[in-house]
Amino acid sequence: MDNEIVNLSRRTLLKGTLAGGVVLGLHVGGVGRAFAAEVSRAPGGAVPADGHPQAVFAPNVYVSVAPSGDVFIVVHRSEMGTGIRTSLAMILADELDADWRSVRVVQAPGDRKYGDQNTDGSRSIRQFFQPLRVAGGSARQMLIATAAARWHVDPATCATEPGYVVHRASGRRAGYGALAADAARQPLPAAATLQLKDERAWRYIGKSMPIVDLDDIVHGRAVYGIDVTRPGLVHASVEHPPVYGAKLVQVDTADALKVPGVLQVVRIPPAAPPSGFRPLGGVAVIATNTWAALQGRRKLKVKWERGANASYDSDAYRTQLSATANRPGKVVRNDGDAASALNGAHRRIAADYYVPHLAHAMMEPLSASASYANGAVEVWTATQNPQQARTTVAQTLGIDEQAVTINVTLLGGGFGRKSKPDYVAEAAYLARAVGKPVKLTWTREDDIRNDYFHAVCAQHLEGGIDANGKTVAWLHRTVFPSIASTFAPNVRYGAPGELGQGVTDVPYDIAHLRCENGPAVAHTRIGWYRSVYNVPHGFAQGSFVDELAAAAGQDPLHYLLALIGEPRHIDLKAMGVDYPNYGASLDDYPIDTARYAAVVRMAAERAGWGGKLPAGHGRGIAVHRSFLTYVAAVAQVRVGDDGSVRVTRVDLAVDCGRVINPDRVVAQFEGAVVMGLGNTLYSEISFRDGASEQSNFTDYSVARIDSVPDTHIHIVPSSAPPGGVGEPGVPPVAAAICNAIYNATGKRVRTLPVDTSQLKRV
Amino acid sequence: MDLNVNGVRHQLDADPDMPLLWALRDVLGLHGTKFGCGVGACGACTVHLDGVATRSCVTSLAGVQGRAVTTIEGLGRGAKGGEHPVQRAWKTINVPQCGYCQPGQMMQAASLLKQHPKPTDEEIVDAMAGNVCRCGTYQRIKAAIKAAAEA
Repeated sequence: MDNEIVNLSRRTLLKGTLAGGVVLGLHVGGVGRAFAAEVSRAPGGAVPADGHPQAVFAPNVYVSVAPSGDVFIVVHRSEMGTGIRTSLAMILADELDADWRSVRVVQAPGDRKYGDQNTDGSRSIRQFFQPLRVAGGSARQMLIATAAARWHVDPATCATEPGYVVHRASGRRAGYGALAADAARQPLPAAATLQLKDERAWRYIGKSMPIVDLDDIVHGRAVYGIDVTRPGLVHASVEHPPVYGAKLVQVDTADALKVPGVLQVVRIPPAAPPSGFRPLGGVAVIATNTWAALQGRRKLKVKWERGANASYDSDAYRTQLSATANRPGKVVRNDGDAASALNGAHRRIAADYYVPHLAHAMMEPLSASASYANGAVEVWTATQNPQQARTTVAQTLGIDEQAVTINVTLLGGGFGRKSKPDYVAEAAYLARAVGKPVKLTWTREDDIRNDYFHAVCAQHLEGGIDANGKTVAWLHRTVFPSIASTFAPNVRYGAPGELGQGVTDVPYDIAHLRCENGPAVAHTRIGWYRSVYNVPHGFAQGSFVDELAAAAGQDPLHYLLALIGEPRHIDLKAMGVDYPNYGASLDDYPIDTARYAAVVRMAAERAGWGGKLPAGHGRGIAVHRSFLTYVAAVAQVRVGDDGSVRVTRVDLAVDCGRVINPDRVVAQFEGAVVMGLGNTLYSEISFRDGASEQSNFTDYSVARIDSVPDTHIHIVPSSAPPGGVGEPGVPPVAAAICNAIYNATGKRVRTLPVDTSQLKRV
Repeated sequence: MDLNVNGVRHQLDADPDMPLLWALRDVLGLHGTKFGCGVGACGACTVHLDGVATRSCVTSLAGVQGRAVTTIEGLGRGAKGGEHPVQRAWKTINVPQCGYCQPGQMMQAASLLKQHPKPTDEEIVDAMAGNVCRCGTYQRIKAAIKAAAEA
């Protein structure tokens, strides 16, 4: 992103409003431009409802200080449960040396001036840790310079305490609010003169702090996209095509329009595959409330031509992908000569793995509210990607992006689905068509049937071991429909970033190693879901290591450590592998086998690896690096005589570099264990006749409280650059559980979710 | 339709078949009660009917005539600091991640504690198994219910 810090006290400021909160008009010193932004409650009390504090000092887009001493920190990333609204504010507040009680968090609308706002890829902290330090540190330095000038002392003799500049020699102190107006006239510190805090002086970074929205959440006051209200709002529900690419032939709206409360029916034009972020099209029922809209929708008589994807069938597709995985594919990494080494190996094993489609099923169904007037549209929605939402709305309506305002609410979960703004553009389209503010709400059935599904994936692995049990050859073939297929025609192969999620980035010390990718054609919308292709690849890679250990007759932990080998950096670039490394350079974020080994040892030790277990119980281990973070998992399971699997305990050891808010990092990994467990034991989307066979929590099973294991998260203390936190906990969980099932029963699970009937004791 | 919500009586001109959930959200503007599935399978819409946890998405307005509805907005009514012990425990344990399912979780937990002031692990799991949290906060929910029971 663009890290330039500009003094906004002399330039334009952010503009935007958001429902459900307090709108403040903040006037910028010197130029008198309005600065309107929604302000949420933050620790330390409510924002004055009728207050219009003068934000006289706004050195950059992320922070301003009012004469009252209130510090407004603009969080430009979306809150979907990671605690990002708190941790980003903590970073800036720390470098500013703000009093946390004076901090008010402001949610930014979609605007490029904030830099990247697409809250996915587990990158908010790693990309914005340093820019936000600079934003806060610059402001602090300007406040110090202001006080020093006022006191006629050397700025170097001044210091700060939360909310104050102090001159200890003379005992003088000045609040940030009192300095703000003059601070706006200070020049921005040049990069060379900017002094950030020594980390020993950090007050917030690295300390567990409650999230700023906690109080609102527990009182039911938190405003999610689905909770937005506007004056004169009407409600919409959309009947979407039953199959991806189906065309609407005819619609009879007569009965729908008779339902009390139904106001009108609007056709939304379809987008032919690949439809990207555009709305799928369909028939919208507009009513005075959601219930009436749903009732009206049931009375629609719609005829569809089901189109080219109408025969999509998961059983047939699995057969096809598995066959492809058993044929040579496109070579994407090739060290040594794997074919010869496999042929010459003392022992050779092979295994096929399969992971089905999954749905995001975040708890808050998709919803957006929009109003349209005078050629401009304003939207309130739970989106992970407000800039893309702005672009997609503008394209859908054929208007300029400048005429589109996207206000971001809290998100009731995201997991990648809310990065795709098809629903946002639907709401905007309907608002213009209806001429009133419209709230669009997707039902759970709409959500699951029309997801951007996590890709189904078939994999074939082969390994060769020598007479000592050492792995000397590794072949990994993966076949899956690429996410790129949702955005471009004729996509057959995986993108380097997709293959770099647990295939080409294999870190093991194996002389002959080959990775291949076979072609697959998508028949539905494929999208990214928490940890993306690391889900299937982490499962297969982590399971196959355990299969090799078993073939060699060795302890899985020791075998895994031997495969990781000596401390070294895996330089995929030097090997000619096209490896994006999650958008980071390999210099800053190398693939470091020492960090792999450290998390493996830590997880094993904390989990009591090697300790005796009762009959029917088992322990399994797996490790995975994703989103620049290293995670090892040890799972303990109990398998009943009836094949039932109970995960009794999971230990995760996590090296995610520097941690901002430790309790929220722990929480993310606790949640990743639960989602990983659900992916492993319960969740599956299957297609028949072109449509998902699942549509609600009644048939799309997810982990519930009765399946949650005793979970222990162990964080490696680190001052390395921050890695990802939201996603990397998921990938090793499936392999650890299935390896534990093998340990308990001697039976291999190679297909997810686990079919417990195969584990019955006969 | 008559509706008694958090001690306040409302007269609604609404379809008797309308689920309580949509009356609360769209008619009364009480948004703390969440829509999650519409079929009583996730618990996000949980309210109290005469003090007992009930899924408002599958409870019609006709079915709540003459009964007292309590939503998350009214859970702490009359309690110390305006907070029910489960709300305090939820804060102490930092349960919420995205927070969307948590009103339903807390309503379910409060109902459980009314019935079983010192619930066993099994009673907690039985009572809470109908409430889905996709963030995976279950371990903390268990801990918070125990903390609330001790409070």
